[in-house]
Amino acid sequence: MTATTDPRVLILAPDDNVAIAKSDLAAGTPLTVMGRPVTLKAKALVGHKFAFKPVKKGETIVKYGAPIGIATADIAPGDPMHIHNVTSDYIPTYTLDEGHQFFKEGH
Amino acid sequence: MINAYLRADGRKGIRNTLVVAYLVECAHHVSREIYHPFRDKGVHLIGFPGCFPNVYSHKMMERLCTHPNVGGALLVSLGCEGFNKGKLQETIRKSGRPVKLLEIQGTGGTRKTIAEGSAWIEQTLKQLEDTPRTAMGLDELIVGTICGGSDATSGLTANPAMGRAFDFLVEKDATCIFEETGELIGMEHWMARRAENPVLGEEIVKTVAKAAKYYATYGHASIGPGNADGGLTTIEEKSLGAYAKSGQSVISGIIKPGDVPIKGGLYLLDVVPDGEPLFGFPNISDNAEIAELMACGSHLSLFSTGRGSVVGSAIAPVIKVCANPETYKRMSDDMDVDAGRILEGRATLDEVGREIYDLILRVANGEQTRSEALGHQEFILTYKSFEPIGPACFPSAA
Repeated sequence: MTATTDPRVLILAPDDNVAIAKSDLAAGTPLTVMGRPVTLKAKALVGHKFAFKPVKKGETIVKYGAPIGIATADIAPGDPMHIHNVTSDYIPTYTLDEGHQFFKEGH
Repeated sequence: MINAYLRADGRKGIRNTLVVAYLVECAHHVSREIYHPFRDKGVHLIGFPGCFPNVYSHKMMERLCTHPNVGGALLVSLGCEGFNKGKLQETIRKSGRPVKLLEIQGTGGTRKTIAEGSAWIEQTLKQLEDTPRTAMGLDELIVGTICGGSDATSGLTANPAMGRAFDFLVEKDATCIFEETGELIGMEHWMARRAENPVLGEEIVKTVAKAAKYYATYGHASIGPGNADGGLTTIEEKSLGAYAKSGQSVISGIIKPGDVPIKGGLYLLDVVPDGEPLFGFPNISDNAEIAELMACGSHLSLFSTGRGSVVGSAIAPVIKVCANPETYKRMSDDMDVDAGRILEGRATLDEVGREIYDLILRVANGEQTRSEALGHQEFILTYKSFEPIGPACFPSAA
């Protein structure tokens, strides 16, 4: 991987379109991921995913170089990527509360 | 080399446990009262709650009561349940282990059964003190792996580190078992390439397709709300992380609960029932999977957790590998290995893999795991139905 990536961020495979926080990172944190400038739009907890390049609705989400689901909305760099904008190709993920918010703007 | 306990049937165990087994929920309280005063003396409580007979649960109880870590069994029956207690007793007796069957109705009720059971346990514990010891090689060791309370760090640190430990073990001809086909959905074609031959590869794909169909029928994948809170978005993402537990070795076969591999290597345990979905979710919680790993002969289990599971198990020790550095800070008393160091840049996957391997050898030689020291002895067994494995699943045996 030639493009530079902040040491607080993990890219698991070269074709991935998700970046992973290696520790809890605050909203607004400026980062460089695969050579691109990215500002986190929400807090990223350890292990959680965020976009570092634009992902269109319907595009396949790739992590570890393998498909993990489909984008259900357009996703911009710095956006968290989770059940609010990514869904399984197999069986939907159940949560306790349909209104449960994983991310709050600026939180 | 491991200093093992030698059973009369030739099997070698790493613990010298006496089990009290209830054969229906109606005998659970009496069994617990018998077991409780001896719970720090190597006596464990297992059982099956159902009154209706079931081939799977009978096989599970036979395998568990004659597990190499088990030196004897007290069976507690109410008296009128459907469990074939005579057959279970006979299987245990033939294995050379001391066994006693108490029927609460015939014995005269709660008090008399507790008194008689306690007396038998006391006397049999003394007998077990004389169990002969013998040398056991790594090629005779069986290790299972499971993940529970997973989060997005599980697949980054603990699972691949346990996979490294599995690779080190398989190099030494140990038997390693990974499972939970419902958490391999999306991985089937990658896994198939690691099969010992293409026919087994096809069986792997079919096995995972069966799991996907089964879970889809219930409308719920094997991914819980806590997994999502921990950053796992889809079952495919969870599967990728779970799959890392298997390491990189060649897959030597597919087994089903109760099948004990006859030679070393890496095996996939198919935990999803055959036929139309019948008795509910394949494994209702993590300990149901540990029970199946034990029924396949596993002497101990590796358990990775990101959210922070605390469980152990009856019969076989559980080594807890914590994936998430934040969880480790909160719950370090419950954890045997801190794999979150990998994310913090304080250790490599290989180093943690080697640490897990070394710990396996120490635990096999008697060192207590955290869950053992804390008295965890969880156990659960429910209804299932399986067809026997076909020859394609076990190419090495052909």
